[in-house]
Amino acid sequence: MLYYLLRRILYAIPIALAVGFVCFMLVQIAPGDPINAIVPPDAPADVVEQVRRDYGLDKPLPVQFGLWLLKVVQGDLGRSLATGRPVWADLSTGIANTLMLALCASLLGFTLGCILGGLAGTFRGSVLDRVAVGTAVAGVSVPHYWLGMVMVVIFSVQLNWLPAMGAGPGGSADWSWDWEHVKHLILPAVTLSVIPMGIVTRTVRGIVAEIMNQEFITALRGKGLTRWGVFLHVVKNAAPNALAVMGLQLGYLMGGSILVETVFSWPGTGLLLNSAIFQRDLPVLQGTILVLAMFFVALNLIVDLMQTALDPRIKRA
Amino acid sequence: MSLTTTPTAAEAELAVQARQAQAASDGYWAGVFKRVRRDPVTIVCAVILLLMLAAMVFAPLIAPHDPYQGSMIRRLRPIGTPNHLLGTDELGRDILTRLLYGGRLSWFMGITPVALAFVIGTFFGVLAGYAGGKLNMVVMRVTDVFYAFPSVLLAVAISGALGAGIENAILALTLVFIPPIIRVAESVTQGVRNLDFVDAARASGAGAFTVVRVHVLGNVLGPIFVYATSLISVCMIIASGLSFLGLGTKPPEPEWGLMLNTLRTAIYVQPWVAVLPGVCIFMTSICFNLLSDGLRQAMDVKG
Repeated sequence: MLYYLLRRILYAIPIALAVGFVCFMLVQIAPGDPINAIVPPDAPADVVEQVRRDYGLDKPLPVQFGLWLLKVVQGDLGRSLATGRPVWADLSTGIANTLMLALCASLLGFTLGCILGGLAGTFRGSVLDRVAVGTAVAGVSVPHYWLGMVMVVIFSVQLNWLPAMGAGPGGSADWSWDWEHVKHLILPAVTLSVIPMGIVTRTVRGIVAEIMNQEFITALRGKGLTRWGVFLHVVKNAAPNALAVMGLQLGYLMGGSILVETVFSWPGTGLLLNSAIFQRDLPVLQGTILVLAMFFVALNLIVDLMQTALDPRIKRA
Repeated sequence: MSLTTTPTAAEAELAVQARQAQAASDGYWAGVFKRVRRDPVTIVCAVILLLMLAAMVFAPLIAPHDPYQGSMIRRLRPIGTPNHLLGTDELGRDILTRLLYGGRLSWFMGITPVALAFVIGTFFGVLAGYAGGKLNMVVMRVTDVFYAFPSVLLAVAISGALGAGIENAILALTLVFIPPIIRVAESVTQGVRNLDFVDAARASGAGAFTVVRVHVLGNVLGPIFVYATSLISVCMIIASGLSFLGLGTKPPEPEWGLMLNTLRTAIYVQPWVAVLPGVCIFMTSICFNLLSDGLRQAMDVKG
């Protein structure tokens, strides 16, 4: 077990390095000279040359990667071309906002998915099962940015119940847990929760149906255990897989929230990416992608370890 | 009693055997087709998709207006306006016309990356699965790296770095879908590689190329294809999403995602017109998803 733990953690390191390399290459594949990612296009030629030497951009690619990596490890993601501020300064608040949105959406999607999937798996073939399966398919097929627009049309434009944009009154980015702020969170979180809801419903339905068919459930019923008691046994058996699926979904939501954030002008990493793309602000683009991808790598690792710890049936050497 | 029932039972038995023999001689695909025909959901989805395809192909014949020609005095008309059945957009262009034409690009951008990834991913996946050893390790570890990115993020990252444009979006999406197809292709190939008939073919002197072409590909292409069809729905959503972000198609080209993006500014003026392009994306995506599920069941693909 300890050996597996160590090996799994060690294996994450080359993956993280390779992910870093892909992010490094993003600036290289961008059309034009990578120097344009550091100095503004209207800088004088001698300044450009000076910066080129300072940043080591005259050296071969592997050396450049090494230099870049050294800086990144120290927390230096470069400076934004648009604002001149360090990338990390804007990124840290963006990450916090995106994480909050993704966490809320995950929790909501996970809860709904477990209820729907659990019911569907228990009463397989019933009307309820059909409804759950239909909801799940719709959940994974819906373009969520469009769903966000529909939500805005219904709850903001027509009913005027909830705000359509931003994360707080007056466009303030400081978060606090009062109704004025939570009001802004509802629509984006519900919109984003639709995907994990669909996927968790599918997964839980499959797991529960499989467990219900096993002999130990019949045995438990046979010995006269109450419904509630049987239910607890099912939960215990289904939990590791369901949690693993959910953990990965959180990572997908962090990376995929860009579309929903754009719809709701949610001040997270998605909005940051969006403006970086339009201003061709490559350092911000690169830094944001790198941090999100690293988060996903770490999450993968945690989920894997947690699943191993939770489920004694999984024996990994 | 038993005397009268026995012959009929035997006859029934014979009839069942005959039908099974018939089914067997019809071949695998006839059986698949029969099962699909009995599945109403799959049929309905296939019909809807075919109708949509026909509407796009014959758009010049059915579309009531020109997709690029706007009118400043007829901007943002509501649904049901005479002569503009689904209203007009922010430049006064007919929405119905643009939806009909827009499907062409949306479908093209949803299907092309999956088709390309299917070819490339199958090649590398079968190669890695059949060859095993070091080659397998190299291919699968590279795949792992791309798996370490959430798919939407990877697509946005690549097309964001390359800049807006249909070609860049297709390139980015193809790269996104190659790794999952490699994984499926590799695992299916590994399952087939050690089966008896493959060993038999090898023992009777067939070369590696022949074994792969005749015995492996024939058995793995079906499952990989079914998996690839399930990706079309995701691909269409992300492709339209890229256009929605301004990364795919450029204006004035009609495309559903881009239409959603430009109509978003009109959400307070004509909210129900603004969400129409999304209905098309949703319908296409859900039909492809259900169709893929139906195919998976009919072809009896596990997983």
